[in-house]
Amino acid sequence: MTDHHSDIDSVTGKSTTGHEWDGIKELNTPLPRWWVISFYLTIVWAVAYWIVYPAWPLIQSNTTGLFGYSSRADVAVELANLEKIRGDKMTVLGAASLADIEKDPALLALARAKGKTVFGDNCAPCHGSGGAGAKGFPNLNDDDWLWGGTLDQIMQTIQFGARSGHAKTHEGQMLAFGKDGMLKVDEIVTVANYVRSLSGLSTRKGYDAAKGEKIFAENCVACHGDGGKGNPEMGAPNLTDKIWLYGSDEASLIETISLGRAGVMPAWEGRLDPATIKAMAVYVHSLGGGK
Amino acid sequence: MNKTVNPNDLTLDDDNGPLYVARKKVYPQSVSGTFRRIKWGLMAFCLGVYYFLPFVRWNRGLGAPSQAVLIDLPNSRFYFFFIELWPQEVYYFTGLLIVAAVALFLMNSVGGRVWCGYLCPQTVWTDLFYAVERLIEGDRRERMKKDKSSDPMKLERISEIVLKHSIWLLIAWWTGGAWVLYFNDAPTLVKELVTFQAPMIAYIWIAILTATTYVLAGFMREQVCTYMCPWPRIQAALTDEWALNVTYRYDRGEKRTSVKKAAELRALGEHVGDCVDCYQCVAVCPTGIDIRNGPQLECIQCGLCIDACDNVMTKIGRPKRLIGYDNDINIHRREEGKAPIYKIVRARTVVYSAIIAAIGGFMIYTLATRSLLDVNVLHDRNPVAVKLSDGSIRNAYTVRLLNKSGYDRVIAIDANGPANLAIHVIGVDSVTPDRPMIVIPRDSTSELRLLVTAPADNNPEKSVPVRFHVTDIGLGEVASATDNFVSP
Repeated sequence: MTDHHSDIDSVTGKSTTGHEWDGIKELNTPLPRWWVISFYLTIVWAVAYWIVYPAWPLIQSNTTGLFGYSSRADVAVELANLEKIRGDKMTVLGAASLADIEKDPALLALARAKGKTVFGDNCAPCHGSGGAGAKGFPNLNDDDWLWGGTLDQIMQTIQFGARSGHAKTHEGQMLAFGKDGMLKVDEIVTVANYVRSLSGLSTRKGYDAAKGEKIFAENCVACHGDGGKGNPEMGAPNLTDKIWLYGSDEASLIETISLGRAGVMPAWEGRLDPATIKAMAVYVHSLGGGK
Repeated sequence: MNKTVNPNDLTLDDDNGPLYVARKKVYPQSVSGTFRRIKWGLMAFCLGVYYFLPFVRWNRGLGAPSQAVLIDLPNSRFYFFFIELWPQEVYYFTGLLIVAAVALFLMNSVGGRVWCGYLCPQTVWTDLFYAVERLIEGDRRERMKKDKSSDPMKLERISEIVLKHSIWLLIAWWTGGAWVLYFNDAPTLVKELVTFQAPMIAYIWIAILTATTYVLAGFMREQVCTYMCPWPRIQAALTDEWALNVTYRYDRGEKRTSVKKAAELRALGEHVGDCVDCYQCVAVCPTGIDIRNGPQLECIQCGLCIDACDNVMTKIGRPKRLIGYDNDINIHRREEGKAPIYKIVRARTVVYSAIIAAIGGFMIYTLATRSLLDVNVLHDRNPVAVKLSDGSIRNAYTVRLLNKSGYDRVIAIDANGPANLAIHVIGVDSVTPDRPMIVIPRDSTSELRLLVTAPADNNPEKSVPVRFHVTDIGLGEVASATDNFVSP
């Protein structure tokens, strides 16, 4: 073994490590003291961290640390703080009447912002992110409302739903005239064409309009009203307008009349707090279709 | 075994030498003269502006901040006297930065590194810290002696050091404190800082800037200029043969001899230089260089060596400005017996000035003609169009109105597109079906939901352009935005 320290580099005057590669020698330059101390401090820090904070995974759970800190509890605290910050505003919103909210620009902006977020989380799966709807799921931007489009009616629908099983829910459904044997196939075709004629759509050649009107009067007027104007009390759609929830072509109408329809809107009471439901009603109303 | 060499015996010129030399502490001597006075003046001006500008008030009316210069981050506003900038107008800062960069180029092409010597924060604060040090520990010789002294620390010396660092820290702390005042109402923030009510971020920033000022101006000093700052490298590439740099006029100075010998030789009619090798120019240099070695990277061109040399020249009865602002061209011309020439108007300076004038002019023009009323329109994506029960078609838009003025506005909105459009703003009862009106509070934005309906008998094509005009009913100011009206 060579004595490293006896080998002194001529340029720097420092000792070398004794390692040499192709004439290049390595200076014996120890790490700076401050660096070494910092390094040991980080080790001490790491050990302390293991002890103080939850760190070691165990089979069932993990070590909880000295002070029982958990990031989950932190999140809960932050959420509570957030509620505290927003609390006042949402209280004001909850206390105001629906009409007043729409009149007050600040409250309207708050309700729309809140409503939009909650809509995205809860309503968008069926109604689409902008409330555009789909077949069987109403477009909330248009002015055709099965259960009424005033602020109060919208709020009621959100709160209790339709055919949702809630005690105060909207009831009433389209009967299955074909499946339940109330109408024969040719009667269904005839009345389907009659319904198309109500909103000015073309009808099948040679269909008996008088017979259609008669079938309609006997079976449909009870819910859809005279002339098929619809009835929001029963959720019966207006058959004379240009908007069709399940499609206006003959095949779709025949399907509707034969098998019936009973789309379900869940009740949100209990799942969303009252102020949020209010905000949602204002938001949906402000989409543009409200009456 | 190799021979041991003392590293202190090596120089950078030595082929076997190290690639660096350890810093030699610089002890600049005090000096008086023209350039020193200019430096004091500029220091007082720069620091005065920096420390006191936040306290300058500017009346903008009720509810608006009354601070002349304020960067209001929470509300995203920047106030500079009569100018108020919104976040979408930050391009003014881009313009300002470009002008600043070209101004630096211009300064450099006219007078070398005048920025470094007189205006750079590093120079200004280091100069201030040196002044404090000199006041407490004495001038160059005394400081060198005190630092070299191997005596055990005497109470007197310790108190000197403590006092020096306390004053340094006080200046550094005030520097950090002034910084945060630009981001909040200054008098309020001062009160909050004193009563420990200020936000944590204010204290953190003060701590950061106190630390950087203390370290950069107290300890790193000329090393910042030599090793950290990119400008010396950049300016070397930007300078040219006409730029006036602090120059040792070696045509006049060489050969160097002592005063006595020079007098003797002159009496014999021999040529002798004016430089008497007194090293005063080196003693006063804040970066510790010898200007007589020619232009060099470390020289920040503060002109203190000019003052030092002038004082010596006056004493020995020789003409001043052996060191002065000059260029190499003139040294050669004088050597050839020609008169020196100075050219400030050159292609380079003209181009820089033109760029500054063009960008500055454009900025002033846009600032003067900028609109205080603005409108942005965003078309609903889902659904893009809605068919209503009567067969009419409706599109919905999110309209953002910006009122940058200091007064509330009554705004009317029109839509120009397909015939017979009806427009409606949610939450607003329209008096006229095609021109809703709404109030926008001053210095704010309003986001509105706008419904535009085309009647059933006049359904437009698949997609037609529609132009929205917002008009200030009182002043007639108009802003517009274009979007499309889409049919399903």
